[in-house]
Amino acid sequence: MIQTESRDKPKVRSIETCYHCGDHCRDRTILFDEKSFCCNGCKSVYSILSENGLDHFYNLNKSAGISLKSYQTKKYDYLSDEESASKLIQFRNDDFTRVSFSVPQIHCSSCLWLLENIHKLKPGIISSRVDFMRKQVRIDFDHKTLDLKEIVELLDSIGYAPHIIFKDLDNPQAQASPDRSLYYKLGLAGFVFGNIMLFSFPEYLGLENDQGTDFKSIFAYLNLALILPVLLYSGVDYLKSAITGLKQGHLNLDVPISLGIWALFLRSAYDIISHSGPGYLDSLAGLIFFLLLGKWFQNKTFNRISFDRDFKSYFPIACSVIDGDLEVQKTLDKLKPGDRLILRHGELIPADGILMSGEAQVDYSFVTGESEAIYKNIGETLYAGGRQMGGIIEIVIDKMVSNSYLTQLWNDDAFTTKKYSGQTEKIANRIATIFTSVILLISFSSLIYWSFFDASVALNAFSSVLIIACPCAVALSIPFSFGNVIRILAARGIYLRNTGIVENLSMITDIVFDKTGTITSISASHVKNTGVELNPRQKDLIYSLARHSTHPLSRLIEKEYSHCNLLGVSNYIEEKGRGISGFVDGSLVRIGSAKFLDIPASDNTGADYSTYLEIENEIVGAFLQVSAYRKGLSALVEKLKQQYNVALLTGDNDREAATLRSIFGKNVSLHFRQSPQEKLNAIRKRQEDNARVLMIGDGLNDAGALRQSDVGIVISEDTSNFTPACDIVMSAERFEELNKLLQYASSAVRTVWFTYLVAAIYNIIGLSYAVQGLLSPVIAAVLMPLSSVTIVLIGTGLTTLKARKLGLFGPAPAYQSTQAKMNDQYHLAR
Amino acid sequence: MTIILFLIFISLLIAIGFLVAFLWAVRSGQYEDDYTPSIRILLDEDKTDH
Repeated sequence: MIQTESRDKPKVRSIETCYHCGDHCRDRTILFDEKSFCCNGCKSVYSILSENGLDHFYNLNKSAGISLKSYQTKKYDYLSDEESASKLIQFRNDDFTRVSFSVPQIHCSSCLWLLENIHKLKPGIISSRVDFMRKQVRIDFDHKTLDLKEIVELLDSIGYAPHIIFKDLDNPQAQASPDRSLYYKLGLAGFVFGNIMLFSFPEYLGLENDQGTDFKSIFAYLNLALILPVLLYSGVDYLKSAITGLKQGHLNLDVPISLGIWALFLRSAYDIISHSGPGYLDSLAGLIFFLLLGKWFQNKTFNRISFDRDFKSYFPIACSVIDGDLEVQKTLDKLKPGDRLILRHGELIPADGILMSGEAQVDYSFVTGESEAIYKNIGETLYAGGRQMGGIIEIVIDKMVSNSYLTQLWNDDAFTTKKYSGQTEKIANRIATIFTSVILLISFSSLIYWSFFDASVALNAFSSVLIIACPCAVALSIPFSFGNVIRILAARGIYLRNTGIVENLSMITDIVFDKTGTITSISASHVKNTGVELNPRQKDLIYSLARHSTHPLSRLIEKEYSHCNLLGVSNYIEEKGRGISGFVDGSLVRIGSAKFLDIPASDNTGADYSTYLEIENEIVGAFLQVSAYRKGLSALVEKLKQQYNVALLTGDNDREAATLRSIFGKNVSLHFRQSPQEKLNAIRKRQEDNARVLMIGDGLNDAGALRQSDVGIVISEDTSNFTPACDIVMSAERFEELNKLLQYASSAVRTVWFTYLVAAIYNIIGLSYAVQGLLSPVIAAVLMPLSSVTIVLIGTGLTTLKARKLGLFGPAPAYQSTQAKMNDQYHLAR
Repeated sequence: MTIILFLIFISLLIAIGFLVAFLWAVRSGQYEDDYTPSIRILLDEDKTDH
């Protein structure tokens, strides 16, 4: 496994690694079956697997297991409740029940193999299927012998605890099977298009009948039969959309398309039935096929990325509540103010409450992006969204889940009004209005003009104009140009929600940054010793001790002193959330919070953020965690300022105001101590002044601002991580390319306008035939696909060229490395 | 020449057969996950020692 190799520096090979999960066996090593394990959890998973003959798991990948350091029973009691359980079930009949879980721990082929073999662990499970990219497992089981809770507990016991979230309770339909109708429609249209082309071949080649059998009319009738399902099924969306558009009083692009479809169909049917010609059915089938192809190209989705998360995707489904003397599991929607909750290490605080007992050390990184835990004393308020690290705490909640400080943000109008409802492209609609009026004008003029001379030519010209003017090429331009943009950017680690975002990006006037986690990098942070310089011996002592802990701060200390010598450690003790201590080479070394080292309160100004060092009962220094600004930030800001209004909105205090001012320069407004709601309001205020705002954030506290903004970008250190709802998910290493992204979007919009110009030229050529009533089916059959293909080539070609020129066309952040990083973080988090 | 008509109908039937096969493949979910099978095929069905 990659993560073990990268972590094993040569000199630490002596430390044993767990046979199951590959973690270092730090404080103690458990020997079992001649193999070493880091904890009892790992050992028990190994024994479950080997007893059931599944130890092939370890042959596939070395140390592939998921560490299982915090396992607790009764966690899933709420699943015995039929009502909660039924919301998770996808499908049930007399024989089996189908359920699908999200399992974020899936990371390698061993996981896949194990999860697809769990029927060997528990009779009653019929089969299981893993979707690797979505990190989901679908299990079919016999509900007569097994219930949902047992399955979830089994998964948890082998280290694959399903991620069951609050949202699942809300909309059980979300797990329903995906919409496949586009594939059906596309397949049908493609089939018909091909066959009609074949049957039209004699016509194209001008072959004449001389043998008596009337092939031409037989083929024509066959074509007419084949086109019906395409018209009534594959193309029906365009017809419907045109009608709804007209009812709402605006001309969308589907109106001229529908006109074209009807003109093609009716004219062809008339020609065929009256034996006056072969009709234009090949063009009609081709038109619908190309339109659907464009739709399919545009709708390419990224399985790994979710753009629609709100707080419900973060919160667990249930938590422990004290009811009398008993501890029961209650689902979050049933929590009431006054309930007494028990939270263990790693659990999320679901609602605002007051700490009653225990030592709270809350990690608000989900909410604020701030990675350092905050200590709270009994009687203090804990806000929802934080994660308890350390021991068990008890809190009494005083608000409903939906009314908490963080979650009430979602009651704002920004979330209740639908931002993405139509997702229609503004350019396309603007064009459609002009286009339709011009076409109707030309067709009726030619109808009137010819009706003075010859009624049959008049009808011919009228329908020909509608046929040739059908804006197939125009309708294909955006799907292919913007669709190509989306694909190129995705390969680069920038994921756009849909094609409409490209257009929004090109119209941005203001850019608003969040600070923590957005312009600063969590992974690049380091520790700084605020005390006196340590001597080499002291550094060795600290490094050797810190090596034994998995705590993020210890890891940072380890990184800082990685050039030091490793010394032997005895009597190592780690107190969760407080500190570590041990005898290193004979000296007592302790690293931890002020409380851990009994430093009086008067000495620890800003103690929340400091980790103290003690060697032989003497304080030798204190560490401060320093976050680093992202590479290229000031250069980026400098470039953006030339074209856009730049601002900073942060929930943080103004501790770093001077540094920020020097980065952002004079005429940028910096706002500190902004609550999530204030951030949202700030964006709204700019929009009221007719600004189009781009917001760049990362945490849940930016969720409101991201939602309100015209384009919300989330910077993510790891794209498989949790991100709030947004329009663009951007891999952090691409942060510097923000200005290029904006340039690229504007150029893509220009490309679309250019393709419209080309389409117009084709149309003028076609129309010059059509108004004279000279449009033969062969000309239509050549001109329409030709114009469409030209547009597609120009659209994709120019956007690809521009991407190359900007340097956006290039290797993706290696998937494997992100994957390995994620595993690493995962192990750290446990 | 009726033989040509006959052949055409046969070929149309075969084409419809392929269309049905495609629709079935979509319906059975084969286009939903195009990554996992590439891993799955490398795994042995039963326990073997390498």
